[in-house]
Amino acid sequence: MKISPQEVERLAKLAWLKLDPEEVKRYSQELSSILDYVETLNQLDTSQVSPTYHVVPQKSHLRKDEIGRSLSQEEFLSMVPAHEEGAVKVPKIIDIE
Amino acid sequence: MNYETIIGLEVHAQLRTQSKIFCRCATEFHASENQNVCPVCMGLPGSLPVLNEKAVAFALKMAVATHCQIQPTSIFSRKNYFYPDLPKGYQISQYDKPLATAGVVEIVLENTSKKIRLHRIHMEEDAGKNVHGERYSYVNYNRAGIPLVEIVSEPDLRNAQEAAEYLRTLRSILRYLDISDGNMEEGSFRCDVNISLRPERSDRFGTKVEIKNINSFRFVENAILYEMERQRMCLEEGKRIVQETRLWDEHEGKTFSMRQKEEAHDYRYFPEPDLMPLEISAEWVSQIRSTLPEFEQVKKQRFMTQYQLTNYDAKLLVQEKSLADYFEQTVHRGGDPKLVCNWILSEVLREFEVSKVACSSLTPGHLAELICLIQKGTISGKIAKDVFEKILKQGKMPSQIVREEGLEQISDAAQLEKVIEFVVSEQGDLVKQYREGQKNKFSFLVGQIMKKTQGKANPKIVSELLKNKLEREDT
Amino acid sequence: MEPFHLTIFESQALLKKKSLSAKELTESVLKRIEATQPKLNTFITLCEESALCCAKEVDEKRARGEALSPLAGIPISLKDIFLTRGMKTTCSSRILSDFIPPYDATVVDRLKKNDVVLVGKANMDEFAMGSSNENSYFGPVKNPWDLERTPGGSSGGSAVSVSAGQCLGSFGTDTGGSVRLPAALCSVVGLKPTYGRISRYGVIAFASSLDQVGPLGKTVQDVALLLEAVAGYDSFDSTSHPIPVPSYQTALKKDLKGLTMGIPDEYFREGIDPEVLKAVHTAIDQLQKLGAKRVKISLPHSSYAIPVYYLICTAEASSNLARYDGVQYGFRATASTLAEMYLKTRGEGFGREVKRRIMLGTFVLSSGYYDAYYKKASQVRTLIQKDFTEAFKQCDVIVTPASPTTAFKLGEKTENPLEMYLTDIFTTSVNLAGLPALVLPCGFDQKQLPIGLQLIGPHFKEERLFQMGHAYESATDWHTRKPSL
Repeated sequence: MKISPQEVERLAKLAWLKLDPEEVKRYSQELSSILDYVETLNQLDTSQVSPTYHVVPQKSHLRKDEIGRSLSQEEFLSMVPAHEEGAVKVPKIIDIE
Repeated sequence: MNYETIIGLEVHAQLRTQSKIFCRCATEFHASENQNVCPVCMGLPGSLPVLNEKAVAFALKMAVATHCQIQPTSIFSRKNYFYPDLPKGYQISQYDKPLATAGVVEIVLENTSKKIRLHRIHMEEDAGKNVHGERYSYVNYNRAGIPLVEIVSEPDLRNAQEAAEYLRTLRSILRYLDISDGNMEEGSFRCDVNISLRPERSDRFGTKVEIKNINSFRFVENAILYEMERQRMCLEEGKRIVQETRLWDEHEGKTFSMRQKEEAHDYRYFPEPDLMPLEISAEWVSQIRSTLPEFEQVKKQRFMTQYQLTNYDAKLLVQEKSLADYFEQTVHRGGDPKLVCNWILSEVLREFEVSKVACSSLTPGHLAELICLIQKGTISGKIAKDVFEKILKQGKMPSQIVREEGLEQISDAAQLEKVIEFVVSEQGDLVKQYREGQKNKFSFLVGQIMKKTQGKANPKIVSELLKNKLEREDT
Repeated sequence: MEPFHLTIFESQALLKKKSLSAKELTESVLKRIEATQPKLNTFITLCEESALCCAKEVDEKRARGEALSPLAGIPISLKDIFLTRGMKTTCSSRILSDFIPPYDATVVDRLKKNDVVLVGKANMDEFAMGSSNENSYFGPVKNPWDLERTPGGSSGGSAVSVSAGQCLGSFGTDTGGSVRLPAALCSVVGLKPTYGRISRYGVIAFASSLDQVGPLGKTVQDVALLLEAVAGYDSFDSTSHPIPVPSYQTALKKDLKGLTMGIPDEYFREGIDPEVLKAVHTAIDQLQKLGAKRVKISLPHSSYAIPVYYLICTAEASSNLARYDGVQYGFRATASTLAEMYLKTRGEGFGREVKRRIMLGTFVLSSGYYDAYYKKASQVRTLIQKDFTEAFKQCDVIVTPASPTTAFKLGEKTENPLEMYLTDIFTTSVNLAGLPALVLPCGFDQKQLPIGLQLIGPHFKEERLFQMGHAYESATDWHTRKPSL
């Protein structure tokens, strides 16, 4: 599977990573060779195999509906890069899709 | 050409749990900015979700109440996208294995009913709330992580009225189950509309448009009506409908295009590794089934037969479960059903909002006693209204108020005869005019008697006695 | 002998007898750090003051005759992936280079309750992505056995801190071999417990379905002590398992009679350094002499483990690392639009390998490729897991080399990601199957570089690995050798 520079740019946009042209070129090559390598999986017929997502099966944990300690506003805001009157501040949200 | 409108709705309802879906923060989002946040709902590094049992139970109630098939195993997935109100960069939702599928909701329109099929019901977490300024946006995460159920209908709705009634019915079920506020204005009940047109008698669906940002029942109808017309004009001009998301602008009364839909998105769903599959036992489902309340339509029918109420009255009483319960509790304490109904629909609802009656200072005990006092003839209906005001002000029981203020109705004939005697002699002219045929003077005389007794005289007995007196002495 | 050379078990006895104080032990370790940190670059953050303060408290408690945990007063290090309240936690990334967490990881919380003395946060590969500890925003860690070589990764700082006497034990994380590979390359003991055995709460996620916390120590016994202190169910981690934690120390006393070793053919084929092969064979012979039986087994899907691993771990990582966007915490690049802020924060905040994996993971999950890559990998994961289930019908423990080679030179594989990925060839399948695996020293090559032996057990059978590892250790002296620094 070849990952073209255009495809790298599409992925970088999905993942919101700013890449310089040199990086685009390099990732295009590296991802292509990694995907070539994983092609080996296609030797296996897995049509009858169910996928594993949780490797050690167990019951689902359910938590009682009880209120616990939250962070104080001060504790939270101390981590936030920019805030105003208790709210987290970001450059204006316009269509970022 | 005539077109048929095809509508499907996606409804998001916040569940009224104490704590958020995956963490122990309070769900009370009127708190000050970013007050109910913790490592989990803020997506801090290393934090992990733990599912709230109550949220599952609530979602299950909705699924059972809408006759869904409950999936014994459902899976949480991650929906990956970036937005400042989404702390983790993904929303934990359910994707290919939702909690419940294939349900049905019956809506009633002018006494005909229609079954609207549900495609699925699943659980997910809410995002934070953004406020936009001139150059910056401001995010409050108190809402992030509040549990939501998403209820997706099949495209079974055909017009704006049906859509509105469907929404009203969903809201009623949620409120009857006491699992959601269902408040559209405050955003605890939100609705996206999928709408398309097709030529009548066609069996293929047209291109659908999604309308978002609709925050009242009325706006849903308006948005649909607008969009039906927009699409019809588009088609008649031979244009193609673009699959897109449009926003409803109530101010302009228009929908406008937000962005191209879905294809541009790539949510990269995959099973959430931090949560085990959710197993729902048959016992849990049957336990929930056994606790379901009687819903609006069934209750209405019962009220009509059991209490001999009119369709109109019963419909008003059952609009909220709490109001219907209030009615029945008052009746069980001895109030005559019809009288209780009238009092609730007039006096009580004049004082309180429909949803606030049950938690008001006026208990069914108060109302029942008041109505019993009327029934027994202890007080007149008119005095009862004064007593009602006093209950609201003082919180005392009606009988106490009546006793303390000496408001008992005077039904004793001998006592009333004296007053009548007095009035008749005082109002000699009127009596004369009455006897000469001006029968309308009668009610004036009754009024005078009532006045003399500060309204306490039993009006029925007064008019009997007065009539007797006037006619007797006439002969 | 300098106290920093002691094992936990040895120092415990001295502390109990009061012939050594926790303060003396900690001072010895801190001095050792001061002398060796510039050469090794083991630590990202040191906390000498709080360490001494904590040690003093332990001494006071002991003086008052309070009941103390076996780990009380023991200096340890933590991979800088564990959240420590009020203390910088970077994950070796620029994006978290100034991040001060408001809460403790469950592991940290449990260690504090055991009165452990934390000396510092150990260097690692950024977001635990790497096999050589060269992908760190704070520079590579050096192997104490040869300063020109890598210690292995990603928990390189943890392994080196134990090996170099900069602490008595450490905790790392193991997603595809990140505890075991550095343990093997630095001649210390490292355990990757069963998935779900130790809480992941407060441990920065790389690949959630594979990540597991693992202790590193100088001996099997020490590692067992460390595991016992932190293992067990945690209500904050839905994947932590409620199965009770046994007393591992009891298991150590058992001999190997009745135990069967499975030797998987697939792990002894081409591509392995002959010296490694020889050392591992010798170790197997030794175990046999100690009473274990040996059988040949087959794990037919072994060669698919690396591709499966890289598809799954990058997919999960691409999602786990989406939260680092500069909105609520961490590094935020200056920007005038939101899109620019996202792009620059993440573009500048992450290193090269992390970005590569995010890109690969994004691809693997993206529409149209999910089934062919992510789902396919998850299906083959099932086959790999079944191989082990079958194998454990024939044997109690599987014995393999831990790494195909001894420590390689810094920079040797950095330009070839695929070659670097193959370093994990013997370790990733264990994570894919969620199994416990112990790595312990079993020799040195001619360059005096350490060689590691890997013992793999069925789910939650850590005690069996300790039993076999301890028996082997008792009969050999590889673990007593120290690098000259």
